[in-house]
Amino acid sequence: MIRTLLLSTAAMISMTAAASAQNVAIVNAKVWTGTDAGTLENATIYISDGTVQGMGVSFAPPSGTAIINADGNWVTPGIIAPFSRVGTVEVGAEDTSNDTSASGSPFSVALRASDGFNPAATTIDVTRIEGVTRIAVAPANGGSLIAGQGFVADTSGGAGSISDDRAFIYIDMGEGGAGLAGGSRPAAWAALRGAFADARGYPARFMAHNEGDTLTRADAQAFGTAVRGQQLILVSAHRASDLRLIMDLKTENPNLDLAIVGADEGWLVADELATANIPVIVDPFSNLPASFSQLGATSRNAERLIAAGVPTAFAHLGNSGHQSRLVLQSAGNAVANGVSFDDAMAAMTVVPAAIFDMDGVGTIERGSNADLVIWDGDPLDVTSAPTAIFIDGAVQSMESRQTKLRDRYLDLDESERPLAYKR
Amino acid sequence: MKQVLYLMASASVLLAGCGSSGSGDSSDAAEAIEINRNPYPSTYTAYPSTTTLIKDAMVLDGIGGEIAGGDVLLVDGKVSEIAEEIAAPDGATVIDASGKWVTPGIIDNHSHLGVYPSPSVSAHGDGNEISGAVTAEVWAEHGIWPHDPGFPRALAGGVTSMQILPGSANLFGGRGVTLKNVPARTVQGMKFPDAPYTLKMACGENPKRVYGYGGGRFPGGAPYSRMGNVAGYRMAWAKAVEYKRKWDKYADEGGDPPTRDLELDTLMGVLNGDILVHMHCYRADEMAQIMDLGDEFGYKVTSFHHAVESYKIADKLAEKGVCSSMWADWWGFKMEAYDGIRENIPMVHKAGACAIVHSDSDIGIQRLNQEAAKALSDGRRSGIEISNADAWQWLSANPAKSLGIFEQTGSLEAGKSADLVIWSGDPFSVYGQAEQVFIDGALMYQRGNEAMTPVMDFELGQPGEGDLK
Repeated sequence: MIRTLLLSTAAMISMTAAASAQNVAIVNAKVWTGTDAGTLENATIYISDGTVQGMGVSFAPPSGTAIINADGNWVTPGIIAPFSRVGTVEVGAEDTSNDTSASGSPFSVALRASDGFNPAATTIDVTRIEGVTRIAVAPANGGSLIAGQGFVADTSGGAGSISDDRAFIYIDMGEGGAGLAGGSRPAAWAALRGAFADARGYPARFMAHNEGDTLTRADAQAFGTAVRGQQLILVSAHRASDLRLIMDLKTENPNLDLAIVGADEGWLVADELATANIPVIVDPFSNLPASFSQLGATSRNAERLIAAGVPTAFAHLGNSGHQSRLVLQSAGNAVANGVSFDDAMAAMTVVPAAIFDMDGVGTIERGSNADLVIWDGDPLDVTSAPTAIFIDGAVQSMESRQTKLRDRYLDLDESERPLAYKR
Repeated sequence: MKQVLYLMASASVLLAGCGSSGSGDSSDAAEAIEINRNPYPSTYTAYPSTTTLIKDAMVLDGIGGEIAGGDVLLVDGKVSEIAEEIAAPDGATVIDASGKWVTPGIIDNHSHLGVYPSPSVSAHGDGNEISGAVTAEVWAEHGIWPHDPGFPRALAGGVTSMQILPGSANLFGGRGVTLKNVPARTVQGMKFPDAPYTLKMACGENPKRVYGYGGGRFPGGAPYSRMGNVAGYRMAWAKAVEYKRKWDKYADEGGDPPTRDLELDTLMGVLNGDILVHMHCYRADEMAQIMDLGDEFGYKVTSFHHAVESYKIADKLAEKGVCSSMWADWWGFKMEAYDGIRENIPMVHKAGACAIVHSDSDIGIQRLNQEAAKALSDGRRSGIEISNADAWQWLSANPAKSLGIFEQTGSLEAGKSADLVIWSGDPFSVYGQAEQVFIDGALMYQRGNEAMTPVMDFELGQPGEGDLK
């Protein structure tokens, strides 16, 4: 009862002043740290000023600190959904509520997904209450194989939840990109090389006229940071031959910061990817030859990539606007198919934090962000759920529009009044 | 011998040209014309099996019973006995299943495997006959590619039977078909013997989007609105009532047989109670209207599909005896899916209505047990206590009932088909995997055993042929 009271009090505080964090100690926790310390039993985590200020089995928080007893349950870093559209689309099929792509825009790199982000979107709460505290949101391809710039945000729903509004460029170099470039992979690669030349030649080559080989003036300007290796380029592709072309791009431009999303045939080139040190974001569910680019798809892809030493993150790539939360289920399935528990956890925390350069996120250690989830069971199992969530040390609401609908309809009794009065 | 009408209606030209024998001649007034209801019959027969005793498993019988450390005996392709202790008959294959779980095979009553197969290239889009809003005359089985690699993936997920449906573009999408999940060279080789036909219908956004808005490409036609949807159903059912009246009259009084209409054949089959209606419908208010529509024309919907708002009218669905085939947590991809919640399935169950977990997905069909587990645990967290044994009804018994095959399969009861799964552990966990899958008593899949893992034609000679999938 005390614990419940504490949480609900804290939740009220966090809802009135989302950014403020309290001094809290979580005791009796089974902590997956994401560090060399491994998993700690019966540990205490002391949170102050939005960060973890102390942790350990024998750590004693300052007297007067509010205590939350985890009762021996798992506490993990907040989960990161590394390829999402959460917060940029409310209803997928309703264009007016969907800011993921813009097939009518003349721009490509210059499109910033962050301009479409609505931290009050219902998808934010729905995603957070499953334990996902950070999202990397990619624009979707509209008119160009270069979709634009993605961002990184937390899922607190607050006004300042974007931590990096231009975290990466997203480019589709698979079948979709080929189609958008004119109808073939050669067309896609010609367009991409043209874009690199435009960015490198900016602004000189735009002096005489506004058009580059591939990019508009605004796009070429926006692409400069990535081309200089100072911004992540996230490239989507599946076929082994496409993955080799991406590695060739890195060989020709060693300074590029590249990561690959998809990579269903990654296991076929796992050793090369490891040597090239190119991280991948894979969907562990993907095991069908869904296209001619995915003939080698297997549920063992993640296991083989990790065994080869490829930094591997997990994402649920189906319905990225609403179901990014399923990254946890996909990680559990990866474990069922050969990945270790620790590697699966890292694939949703440490690895994506490294890919997106999210300082202090993805681990629980002294000085790390206090993005924490307390679970009622094994965090990777489908039967488990969070019981408490912290973002930057602030306790988060466990409500969503879905839980409100559920609570309204749990009892269908309308004998006194219509259900519309119940909330 | 029963005369087959289609020969008269469409093949007589051919027959006239090749000097046929009397089989195509319908001029004999003494012989009554009867519609052949099974012109593409199942050729499936059970594969050879041995007497098999599965010992010491956690057994869920699929109808609410559970035996910890129980035995299951399979004889001649049937479940022979389930008990705490069964002595091995002479020559029986004995499987030590201690630590493992045994359940009825999963039945997915909403799949598009074969009609939207992998790879999903344009040439494979055989699941929606978009040419008209009412295409009750088309049959899913005529669009199924039996070499879809999705079939063996579903088998590895413990799926032993499934319904293949046409898509939801149309008001009436056509007939569905129930298959055994056994690789075969032909669709007929997969068809579930004696399963009734089904009819796919669709509510809401899809028909009006596809026809009214024409995908944005042209002004479109009817239906343009939900009003038009219902008018479209009613006009078709009104024609079907009239058609049925003519055939009933002909059966009673003879005379000239009515002109054959393949579309109305299907609808008449529904009105006669031979064909079961499966209707794509998301919103609660629409489902309530559709139940009245059934009353108006004298049929009952067997199951609403997707049914993301069934929790809002679970009492009415229970009262009417209509099933809901649901996902655990899909939502938001379109307006009518906006109110999806994680507790839909347990809330429908709690109201006493028939709840079914379905996939509508070549990925989801591989882990329907996990979808049930999510729904079950989300329900428990909101105070709805349902046992594992009861929840398994969502995966086997209830879908079997919705397909009219529960007398043959869908539970582990003596005399029923031995369609069952041995799981590596608790299937209500992400870690439990189907280890051995039996269909009619024959072992059709064994995890990790290459010899017992089907490789489809399409996969031969491709990257990853024969790989673990």
